[in-house]
Amino acid sequence: MLLDEIRFLAPELALLATALAVVLLDLFVKRKKVLAGVSFLGVLLAAGLSMMLWGGEPISVFYDVLWIDPFAVFFKFLFLAAAGLVVLCSQDYVSKFEKFQGEYYALVLIATVGVMLLAATADLIAVYVALELSSISLYALAAFLKDEKSTEAGLKYLLLGAIASAVLLYGMALTFGLTGTTKLASIAQTVTALTTSGLAQNPALLVAIVLLVAGFGFKIASFPFHMWVPDVYEGAPTPITAYLSVASKAAGFAIILRVFSVAFGSSALLSTNWGILFAVLSALTMTIGNVIALWQRNIKRLLGYSSIAQAGYLMVGLATVGIAAGIDKLGQSGLLFFLVSYTVTNLGAFSAVIAISNKVGSDLIDDYAGMGKRAPVLAPALTFCLVSLIGLPPTAGLIAKVYIFSAAVQHGLLGLVIVAVINTCISAYYYLKVVKVMWLGAPVSLERVPSSWALRAAVLVCCLLVLVLGIVPSSFIRLAELAAWTLGF
Amino acid sequence: MTVGLVHYLLLSGVLFSIGLYGVLAKRNVVVILMCVEIMLNATNVALVALSRYVVPALLTGQIFAVFVILVAAAEVAVGIAIVFAIYRKRQSVNINDFDLMKW
Repeated sequence: MLLDEIRFLAPELALLATALAVVLLDLFVKRKKVLAGVSFLGVLLAAGLSMMLWGGEPISVFYDVLWIDPFAVFFKFLFLAAAGLVVLCSQDYVSKFEKFQGEYYALVLIATVGVMLLAATADLIAVYVALELSSISLYALAAFLKDEKSTEAGLKYLLLGAIASAVLLYGMALTFGLTGTTKLASIAQTVTALTTSGLAQNPALLVAIVLLVAGFGFKIASFPFHMWVPDVYEGAPTPITAYLSVASKAAGFAIILRVFSVAFGSSALLSTNWGILFAVLSALTMTIGNVIALWQRNIKRLLGYSSIAQAGYLMVGLATVGIAAGIDKLGQSGLLFFLVSYTVTNLGAFSAVIAISNKVGSDLIDDYAGMGKRAPVLAPALTFCLVSLIGLPPTAGLIAKVYIFSAAVQHGLLGLVIVAVINTCISAYYYLKVVKVMWLGAPVSLERVPSSWALRAAVLVCCLLVLVLGIVPSSFIRLAELAAWTLGF
Repeated sequence: MTVGLVHYLLLSGVLFSIGLYGVLAKRNVVVILMCVEIMLNATNVALVALSRYVVPALLTGQIFAVFVILVAAAEVAVGIAIVFAIYRKRQSVNINDFDLMKW
């Protein structure tokens, strides 16, 4: 019965209601901090409601449009955590758009609804609508500052995003034409019957898959669809940059995992084919990201290229999923664990960047000189997060990399892992350059960097999680395995 | 000659290519947005034609096309709003002028 199934949408509905409430409250309340409080409570409520969905049998609802399985719920928690932390760390930033705070929080919440639905979709139409729900909110948010850089970022993001979605759509249309259905599970059956030979013998399917990879590749910032990343990351409001780099990217990986391992994962030959495609893209993405990052002088741009490189490491997981062809789920669980680790690490780093850049009034790395003395909480936190992004002990980054790379080696991707390890060494240079400037550079003044308690709380939660994931990762790994195990079946 | 699926798919492919060419070659932001619309409408033609010939009993492709039209409208609304915002700052809609951030 359809009406009964609405309870499975409770977390999303709670967020939407909160978004509406925030816009309405904005008209009446003078103290805009209330809006942040309400948004944060809405996120907590949605997390509570998601908790009730955890652990049930995987089912499909609304005529097979959405799946409610541990995979979907896992991502709901990830996105809600990201949204909550972004709301917290926005506190030091929202003064820049005093008049539009209600819309700001509402759009963040609506984008979160979009990515939460995206991770649960079981139908191409729903994939498209959920993807656009999150993207369109983020286009508006990227241009939210309305200054020259921010509008330019918004425009570039919108134009390239619209082209990417048109390309994605064409891939979906071809897939639909080949299989006669838009349901991922039914596509899988037809595709299995279709592909007794590999992709090369099925040009239409090849084109469809390439177009889908291009469309989704834009979302995760894979080479050669990464050109928007540095510009948009530099121009967008910093909390939105943080949100883009974690939630939007994680959503892209969620939907790629869903579409490819369900719809195109049933035939081992086909699965190996797209696994190799992702392996090649992965090596190129991480190399391009890391090498160009070496020259960056703006911290947001640097973190932008770093996020391209991290997307490359994450795609090692996708390649493993393809090559493994359903023998085991190590690739999937490695990818999920890496996403959790990357989310908390990057959010921690961006939160610290928000406060420091606010004080010094610039995003240039040179202006971070001497921050070790001026920001006794934020500078160590930023250092710790950058160390985790390199993947040194005792941080989440190390465990995540070891986990995802060892799974790849087990499936014979040794060459790719060697490229990844070399890349990790290259990345240490530019991450540690920031650390060096902060601790060894001479400060221009000794004035302390102010930060709100909300932002400090966000930074501390992130750092604590990075540490916990780095020292006792086993319970989180078990969660990732559980979520990966039921993926789409 | 009867018009069949192949003709519709050719039309759709040609439209998509024209749109893609326009996106890459045009310099006016509003024209680029129009070209994106051509690309989206090319997929609509493909969706409806495929639906008509592959699964004539169902309306899957037509429903998909309706969703695409709806989402495209929302996308263009936000797009035009951003073009307004940037025009107020720069007095230009030429994409070559938006080069504040590079590399």
